[in-house]
This record gives sequence, structure tokens and C-alpha cells, in this order.
Amino acid sequence: MASELISVRNLRVSFGSDAGTAKVLDGVDLAIRAGEIRGLVGESGCGKTTLARAILGILPRNSARIESGEIRFGGRDLLTLPESALASEVRGREIVYIPQDPSTAFNPVFTIGTQIDDLMRFKSPLLRGGADDRQGFFNSYPRERRAADRARVLELLRLVQLPNPEAVLRKYPHEVSGGQRQRLMIAMALLPEPKLVIADEPTTALDVTVQAQILKLLKQLARERGVAVLFTTHDLGAAYEICDRITVMYAGQEVEEAPVDGFFERPSHPYTRKLLDSLPSSEAGIRGIAGEIPRLIDPPPGCRFHPRCERATGICRTERPPPEAVDALHSVRCHHRLSATEPAS
Amino acid sequence: MSAAETILEVEALRKYFPVRNVWKRRIGWLRVLDDVSFSVRRGEILGIVGESGCGKSTLGKTLMGIHTASAGRVIFEGHDIAQLKPHQSRRFREHLQYCYQDPGASLDPRWTIRSSLHEPLVVHTTLPEPEREARVREILRAVGLPETHLDLYPHEISGGQQRRVGLARILTLKPSVVILDEPTSGLDVSVQATILNLLLSLREQFGLTYLFISHDLSVVRMICQRVAVMYLGRVVEIGDTEAIFSAPRHPYTQSLLAAIPRIGGPRVTDSFALEGEPPSPTALPSGCRFRTRCPKAQKRCADEDPVLRADWERQEAACHFAT
Ligand SMILES: Nc1ncnc2c1ncn2[C@@H]1O[C@H](COP(=O)(O)OP(=O)(O)OP(=O)(O)O)[C@@H](O)[C@H]1O
Ligand SMILES: Nc1ncnc2c1ncn2[C@@H]1O[C@H](COP(=O)(O)OP(=O)(O)O)[C@@H](O)[C@H]1O
Ligand code: SF4
Ligand code: SF4
Ligand SMILES: [Mg+2]
Ligand SMILES: [Mg+2]
Repeated sequence: MASELISVRNLRVSFGSDAGTAKVLDGVDLAIRAGEIRGLVGESGCGKTTLARAILGILPRNSARIESGEIRFGGRDLLTLPESALASEVRGREIVYIPQDPSTAFNPVFTIGTQIDDLMRFKSPLLRGGADDRQGFFNSYPRERRAADRARVLELLRLVQLPNPEAVLRKYPHEVSGGQRQRLMIAMALLPEPKLVIADEPTTALDVTVQAQILKLLKQLARERGVAVLFTTHDLGAAYEICDRITVMYAGQEVEEAPVDGFFERPSHPYTRKLLDSLPSSEAGIRGIAGEIPRLIDPPPGCRFHPRCERATGICRTERPPPEAVDALHSVRCHHRLSATEPAS
Repeated sequence: MSAAETILEVEALRKYFPVRNVWKRRIGWLRVLDDVSFSVRRGEILGIVGESGCGKSTLGKTLMGIHTASAGRVIFEGHDIAQLKPHQSRRFREHLQYCYQDPGASLDPRWTIRSSLHEPLVVHTTLPEPEREARVREILRAVGLPETHLDLYPHEISGGQQRRVGLARILTLKPSVVILDEPTSGLDVSVQATILNLLLSLREQFGLTYLFISHDLSVVRMICQRVAVMYLGRVVEIGDTEAIFSAPRHPYTQSLLAAIPRIGGPRVTDSFALEGEPPSPTALPSGCRFRTRCPKAQKRCADEDPVLRADWERQEAACHFAT
């Protein structure tokens, strides 16, 4: 599709260890449009963070291996792009990352202001296309650009509703609250004017009231600036709040992709249905999903969900289901998908 | 109030931590628990909810004697245990157990699951080895773990299984009240459901009373009979779960409930209004501690600290203007 901003095709990533090779991403397809907020949901260990890191080119070098696939972005394949180009043109510029654990994103020994200066020195949007684009450690940071950057920073800190931005810049990371640190992360992510923000469980550590504030902010800024967001979470309520479309992953494979309303009203994959059923609700009580998440070192062949699926038949044990369209925007990988009229299990 | 027997009574409990400057001189107090009062009935599940840092874990640890109370009374099974030194209160507190927020923290990584489960029995009882082993196996079965897990180390089992071991450790001492600190935080929905069902069945089986600390309000609504809402070291509202969820009286409880995403309903992010974050417990505002964020605050709120009023049939709230 022409309007696709990024498209991941048949991505396979494995991690080697003493115990064997874990196939952590196994043939993942995912395409995100410009300006779209896409939810990536699934239980912990299903590969959400690994996918995010693969897109950014920051998988751990010594243990991770990309077995196959491509990640098309701006007419190029990020997987074959040289690291120098990735570092100077894409990562932290056009694609930015809000990591799962914000405490690791800041260096505790420098003030927030110093860290933002360092970011802007190399990733400022004013650099785009300019002569000093290629970064070097001893690069100068011209006075005018620094002043212009500083003005932008203050503007964004105000936009994310940080009270008294000048004072925040003088603080150390541990001196601001969790909610404020998350606001800072969002501001810093938006500073380079990226096209895609990857937000990895950005509100998992926050309370509901602060979560609501942060989600609201993320949604508003993405809309206003036309930025696409890949929002990974295992909180379906948070996904419901801000996403346009949702992709479900199970054990390293995407299994369903749907617009947010279709996702919650007409789940077509048995796993999606069970995920929704396991949300605590007063009508249904507390229901888990029987069985366990498979080990990725020797995952079940065919559909990886088959050992836990009541609908499984012979073909499920041998063949991974291809994507099938439920409607124009909704697709599912299941040999025996649920029909829209089927009652809840 | 119903006639159900009170098993734990907390009266004006305080826990202040000193704030010191670089020369170790005390320059103020962090008022983490500030006159907390409530009672727990035998057999119930009382939820304790509130934002991060409001003092939930400190409350649990102070009840347990892990922290010594600065003031107030904690009456457990008829004895005031608030000011007792740990060795004096051990006899009473054996029946009051605390399940840590971080299951990793309560399991020693160098010990097998078997050693972790034997340890409380070695410390608190004089049971001989074979009887300890029998008790450990019985409890392990109750929390749904296979006996083969006895020889594993904590890092070899999943997060959900670590929580089961944490629970098993506590149950070996046959407690009557268990303080569960965020027992499902960080778990996926499906694992969370298994742990919650386990907690409910253990309560039946062993006749337990729970203090259920959580900031997941949908879970609290599902499993607690009553709920206490904390804000900055104080209980601001307490009552029957249904009453509180259907008609919250305190403005803070109202904001808290308004912030929960409701799948299928209107988007919270389109309407949510509560601004800011709680102030620091070293610099509490005068009067009502919620007034810096309260949409209904008035002049009186800065002058007078509201107390819990039992003006409703099944709930109490600490707000001058709650109706
Ligand atoms: N030993 C201590 N010394 C000083 N301050 C402490 C100590 N323990 C806790 N505090 C402070 O007391 C306040 C309440 O902490 P507590 O751990 O009880 O919060 P909580 O409600 O359990 O939060 P969470 O939801 O994040 O677990 C926090 O401001 C914390 O920093
Ligand atoms: N550096 C690593 N080395 C080995 N295995 C890893 C590494 N990072 C992640 N994994 C494994 O990859 C799987 C997916 O992890 P992750 O992408 O973090 O999942 P999620 O973000 O969905 O919780 C897990 O089984 C995890 O243990
Ligand atoms: S493909 Fe088969 S096993 Fe997999 S989800 Fe569908 S029915 Fe179940
Ligand atoms: S007493 Fe005043 S500030 Fe406090 S909750 Fe009530 S209205 Fe708000
Ligand atoms: Mg992750
Ligand atoms: Mg806590």
C-alpha cells in the first residue's frame, strides 16, 4: 500500500544460548501507515520488545540473529542499511524509541538539561539535510542552532505539561517523579520530529490517573503532529484508549490485526478471544487461558497456539495459517477462525 | 456496620520517616502514614487502593512490624502489637503474614524452592524435618506446583510460579490474616487470572482473611468485599466495594474511578480531567491533603483537615463537601 510508512515482512529473529536457539520472532508481518497509532499486544515474552528493537537496529549483537526478512522504511530496507546511516539518519531521528524502563533512558549523573542538549546536538530537526549532518564526537554545536534548539525544547516541555520547564532542565533524573519522567521521555522522543515513535509499554509502571494523563498526551501529540506510533502493551484497556488498529502477537508470530472496534467486537482468532475473556469483569468472573506459553526453543509446529486451542485440528499442527481477510482492514491467521456471530466461549 | 467479628483493628496509625540533610541532621518528617484508621473483619478481603507512593506498602509493613509504628494502635486477635519489638510480637505475628510486592525479593536466589519453603518452619516452629517436608509438600500441592519444582532455583521458574512459591512460603505458618502487596502486578492477564483464582480457593481452604493491596481497580472490584482508598498516607474513603464503585463520595475516589479505561465505553482519554500528581509527603498541604488537585476545593479545605464521616449507610469519606 502506498500510504505505508513502515512495513516489516517475514521477519525472523533468534537468540542463541547454551540451551539452544530460541525462535523469538518467526515470520512476522506488520505494516503501519503514516499517522496511525498501532497497538501491539500480547503476553510478556511474545516478542514485542524484540520487534521494536529489530526495527531500531538495536538488538543485542552477541546473542541475537536476524535469520530473514525485511523492514522497508522510506524506500529502503533498514536491515541492509549500513549501521552508520542507520545511526545518523534513522534511529533517534525518523524513528524514535520510548523504552519499557524509563529509568535506563537517563544517565543518573547528568542533569536532564545536559542530556537533552546532547540529544539535540546530534538529532535536532534543524540538522536535517544540513552539511554537518554526519555526526562526529567533536562536532561543534553552533551558537544559533543551540539557541533555536533550546527554544524548541522549552516549547515541547510546556506542551507535555511539565510545570516550570526551565527548572526541570536543571534537575537530575531521580529528582522528578515517574509521571514527569514519562512526560520527559515523550517530549524527548518528539524533539527530532520523527515519523514513527515506538513506545514500549510506556504506562505499565504508572498509576491509573497518571496513565490516563500520559495516554491522553500521547494521543493528542500524535494526532497534532501526524506522527505514527507503535504502542506495545499487555494492557488491553490502554490499547482501547488510543489505538486506531491493534495487532496481536502470540509466541513470536502476529496472529490477528484489526481496527480497534472490530478487534474488541469481532475478534476472529481463538487466542484474541481468550485474551479478551480473561479480562476481569463482573459478569464473567476470573477466567485464565488454560495451558502455558510455549518455549521458544522448541515451539509447537504449525500454529503455535495449537496446544492451547480447543478448535485445533490436524492441519493446525503442521501448517502455519496464512493471513486471511475478515474485511478490508481486518485480517487473521487461523485455519478455523471464529465467525462474527459466534457467542463468547 | 454489620456484626461480623473484627480480626484486625487499626487506630490512628502513624509512620513518619526522618528526612535528613547531608550532615545527617533531621530537617523534617516524611509523613508516610498519617492517622490511618480502619478495621478488618474475619474472612473478608479488604482492598487497599491508591496511587504509587501513597503508603500502601508502608501500611502493610508497619502492620507486620517490619517497620515500627511512630504512633497508634494495631489490635490483632485482641492484642495491641503496634509498639511491640519483633521478638515480643513474633508469637502473635506468626498468624499475620506479609506477601511481598516483588516476589523475587522474598526468594533467595541461592536457595532451592525446597529450602525457601522450609525456612519459615525452621525459624518459627520446632517441627522435625520429616514433618516439615510433609507440610511443605502439602502446601506446594495447594498452590498448584508439581513436587519436581522443589529442587529448582527461583530463576528457573516463571514470574507466576515465583508468586505461587511466595504464597506457599507464607501459608506454611498457617496464618489467619495475609497482607498481599500487589499480588498480580506485572503479570499477564491469563497468569493474573490463575493467581487470583488460587488466592480465592486458598482463602476457602484455609479460612484466610486478606488485605489486598493493589492499584488495579478492576481486580479489586472483582474480588474484594470492602475497599479502603488511600491518598498521601491517609484513608480518604472506605466502604463496601459496590457502594464505592457505584457511588464514590470522595473527589479523589471519583477521579480514580474515572481514569480506568472501559473497553466498549467512551474513551477516558477524551474526558479525563484530574491534573498534576500528588505532592511530596514531606510538604503536605494545609487542611485537606487532596486540595492541590481537587476540582471541588474551596476556602475551607485549606483551613480544616477533613475527617472520615460515616454519613452513608455502607461507606465513609473524608471530605467537607461530600454528599
Ligand atoms: N524506609 C523508608 N524511608 C524513607 N521513606 C520511605 C521508606 N519506605 C517508604 N518510604 C516513602 O514512603 C512513601 C510511601 O511508600 P510505599 O512503598 O508505602 O508506597 P506504595 O503506596 O506502596 O506505592 P507503590 O504503589 O509504588 O508500591 C514513598 O514516598 C516512599 O518513598
Ligand atoms: N537478549 C536476549 N537474550 C536471549 N533471549 C532474549 C533476549 N531478549 C529477549 N529474549 C527472549 O525473547 C523472547 C521475547 O522477549 P521480548 O521481546 O522482550 O518480549 P515482550 O516484550 O513481548 O515481553 C522472550 O522469550 C525472551 O526471554
Ligand atoms: S489455526 Fe488451529 S490451532 Fe491455531 S488458532 Fe486457529 S484453530 Fe486454533
Ligand atoms: S475537603 Fe475540599 S479539597 Fe478535600 S476533597 Fe473535599 S472538596 Fe476536595
Ligand atoms: Mg517487553
Ligand atoms: Mg508498594
